[in-house]
Amino acid sequence: MTDETNTNRRHFLGIATGLMGAAGVGFVAYPFLASWRPSARAQALGAPVEVDISKLEVGALLRIEWRGRPIWVLRRSPEMLETLTAPEVAARLRDPESRESEQPDFARNVHRSVREEFLVIIGSCTHLGCAPLERFEVAPADLGPNWRGGFFCPCHGSTFDLAGRVYAGVPAPTNLPVPPYMFMDDNTILIGSETGAA
Amino acid sequence: MSTSQPEMSRRLGAAGRFNEWINHRFPLQKLMREHVTEYYASKNFNIWYGFGVLSMLVLVLMIVTGIFLTMSYKPSAAEAFSSVEYIMRDVEYGWLIRYMHSTGASAFFIVVYLHMFRALMYGSYKQPRELVWVLGMLIYVALMAEAFFGYMLPWGQMSYWGAQVIISLFGAIPVVGEPLVEWIRGDFYISDITLNRFFALHVIALPLVLVFLVALHIMALHEVGSNNPDGIEIKEKKDANGVPIDGVAFHPYHTSKDLVIIIGFLILFSAVVFFAPTGGGYFLEYANFEPADQLVTPEKIHPVWYFTPYYAILRAVPDKLGGVILMGAAVFVLFLLPWLDRCKVKSIRYRGWQYKVALATFTVSFVMLGWLGLMPATGIYLLLTQIFTLLYFAFFVFMPVYTRMEKTKPVPDRVVFHG
Amino acid sequence: MVRLIIAVTAALFLLPAAAGAAPQIPLERANNDVSNIPSLQRGARYYVNFCLGCHSAQYVRYNRVARDLQLSEDQLVNNLMFTGERPFDTMTIAMPAEDSANWFGKVPPDLSLMSRARGTDYLYTFLRSFYVDENGNSNNKVLPMTSMPNVLWELQGLQRAVYSNGDGEFERFESIRPGSMSAEEFDRAVRDLVNFLDYIGEPIQLERRRLGIKVIAFLLVFMLFAWLLKREIWKDVK
Repeated sequence: MTDETNTNRRHFLGIATGLMGAAGVGFVAYPFLASWRPSARAQALGAPVEVDISKLEVGALLRIEWRGRPIWVLRRSPEMLETLTAPEVAARLRDPESRESEQPDFARNVHRSVREEFLVIIGSCTHLGCAPLERFEVAPADLGPNWRGGFFCPCHGSTFDLAGRVYAGVPAPTNLPVPPYMFMDDNTILIGSETGAA
Repeated sequence: MSTSQPEMSRRLGAAGRFNEWINHRFPLQKLMREHVTEYYASKNFNIWYGFGVLSMLVLVLMIVTGIFLTMSYKPSAAEAFSSVEYIMRDVEYGWLIRYMHSTGASAFFIVVYLHMFRALMYGSYKQPRELVWVLGMLIYVALMAEAFFGYMLPWGQMSYWGAQVIISLFGAIPVVGEPLVEWIRGDFYISDITLNRFFALHVIALPLVLVFLVALHIMALHEVGSNNPDGIEIKEKKDANGVPIDGVAFHPYHTSKDLVIIIGFLILFSAVVFFAPTGGGYFLEYANFEPADQLVTPEKIHPVWYFTPYYAILRAVPDKLGGVILMGAAVFVLFLLPWLDRCKVKSIRYRGWQYKVALATFTVSFVMLGWLGLMPATGIYLLLTQIFTLLYFAFFVFMPVYTRMEKTKPVPDRVVFHG
Repeated sequence: MVRLIIAVTAALFLLPAAAGAAPQIPLERANNDVSNIPSLQRGARYYVNFCLGCHSAQYVRYNRVARDLQLSEDQLVNNLMFTGERPFDTMTIAMPAEDSANWFGKVPPDLSLMSRARGTDYLYTFLRSFYVDENGNSNNKVLPMTSMPNVLWELQGLQRAVYSNGDGEFERFESIRPGSMSAEEFDRAVRDLVNFLDYIGEPIQLERRRLGIKVIAFLLVFMLFAWLLKREIWKDVK
């Protein structure tokens, strides 16, 4: 025990065994941590959902649920689309180009959608998660003469335009998020996937 | 040790000062010394002395895997069975956690039985370790209850009918039997209600009891010190520093040795978990892959292997109450071991032929009863069961007699150790 | 209460319960191999064609089967899925339990775990032991009076039981009408089907063994270091 080589050897073996033990603990921990990931059932329940939009009228909003979140599909009229570029709207938005907001790349444009006509957004206020109300009328008494239609959150008064873009000066920090989705055909939207792979 | 306090703290770094801060408020250093760095146990421990630490390891394993199983298991008659399959198929690595738990149950009994057999061989239950033994027996009884409740949870056919049989045993008690059975079930048959309460007992009540008893078992052990294969009290021969001459510190000597034993155990354990998780139908019984059906009894019904010795004793007498009493006695009599054994010598190495023969007979009887518990209780099997039941009890009943007649060999002063 | 007492008595004294009589013939070895992917693929096809009409596999997901059996999504949809399920669905059946109970006398059991509950030899022998009995009814030597019809008869043909002249013991089966498969082909088909049942009993089993080898290899190396360390430390002890 007293001679040098012996101590070195002991030291080396102690460290080697300790490292092996630490690696072993890591290996054991992995399956336990992995078991917290969404299970096959959770993934099945959270799989993309198909939405039939053939009966959705112009100017109407369709509400569905995907992964426990409200998904809204709004079929915008040409008048509604015009408001997106109207100066009284565009000039007052916080993030008109959707630079800081959560959306797939295809929605990084003015109308924030694949097809201009159809807006697909997650109906959950980016402030504290309340459900905004649809206020599609123009210049109502409570929202002022500049209101061109959009969404209004009753909790803390956040306002969004008809592309879910947030106005400046309200508590909500970013635009309403756009979920991944795709058009399977002209009448069917697949929510939850951009590629169609389930 | 001789350095004065202030001088020491000046030499300490931040970590050392933190330790000191703790030690003024909590006896961390004292506990570490008493139980780890300055707990001296004999240097001649053999492999039999590894099963205590393995029991601890399995206990921890069962608690950790059990907690994670609880996260996905549903304790209801409608969902229990399918939630187990959910764990086995849909939860990532759920199969591994579940197999570790199911294999762990059998592993627990294997190491505990070997741990107990060690005590029988080397007289570890004898004075001054009677309380260590009694506390250990209490752990064993709590473990049997824990295993029984746990076995019900998968809600397969064996879960259901095993529980049916065991719960019905209480019905054998005169007068209060039937109301007692109903009270245990909380229903008129084993139902969702029974499952739900057994779940509570399995996941929290009994684990608390077990952990508490294990703490007492170890405290009692460390108070008197560990026995050794020679059955010599190493505390009687101390050096100038008060350290037993034949003792070595738990850390690093026994810890380094235990680590090797633990890894060896884990290799065997992994072999079962990864290559034979059903343990040939003994660890996970085939009939338990069918969901519980209260109208159809499986063709063969018997408890899991670790209960079968007692199950065999239960069936040895053709009388319900008699069988139950005999089975209870078979467990209870183990508690009395320290007082039944009248021999002064502890270790089998120095004991007379009487105890060696008796222990061998007892061990064979226990194993045979375990096998017979899996067999039908008819014909030759019943006869064998009755013979081995008699031998089982003879070990205890005649112990005060034959242990007094033993002609023992001289016990050496120092433990036998070949460096 | 009376039923309980009977049940307990039966349990305590191990009277074979009426749950199902023992097979009348010795079981033959299935000799299936769950690592044989083509066999599993064929077995899966037999399963959806011949079994899934009545027997669900409610814990088995189609996409899991596709992944483990190395099938693409297209192959999965075209070969195994016919009734508009989605790939992540489990293999359930549309037939209401009530109807099947009326038609067959009992609800056909779910087969997710049948291979684990009964064993592959049992299933292999069972599926090959349907015969036309003396009364002209379909019967089975492994599970006498089973309410299950011989769904594979078009492949196997029909057979009858031959009993020895001496003691009247069952000797063998004899074909009375050929099926679309030869005897060898049929045995292979049943083996494939049983192989698939074995796989769905525990879909993880192949990965389990693969992981086990790695775990044990790691532990052996760990053991070497731990043992060297122990030997080194114990050099102190004289």
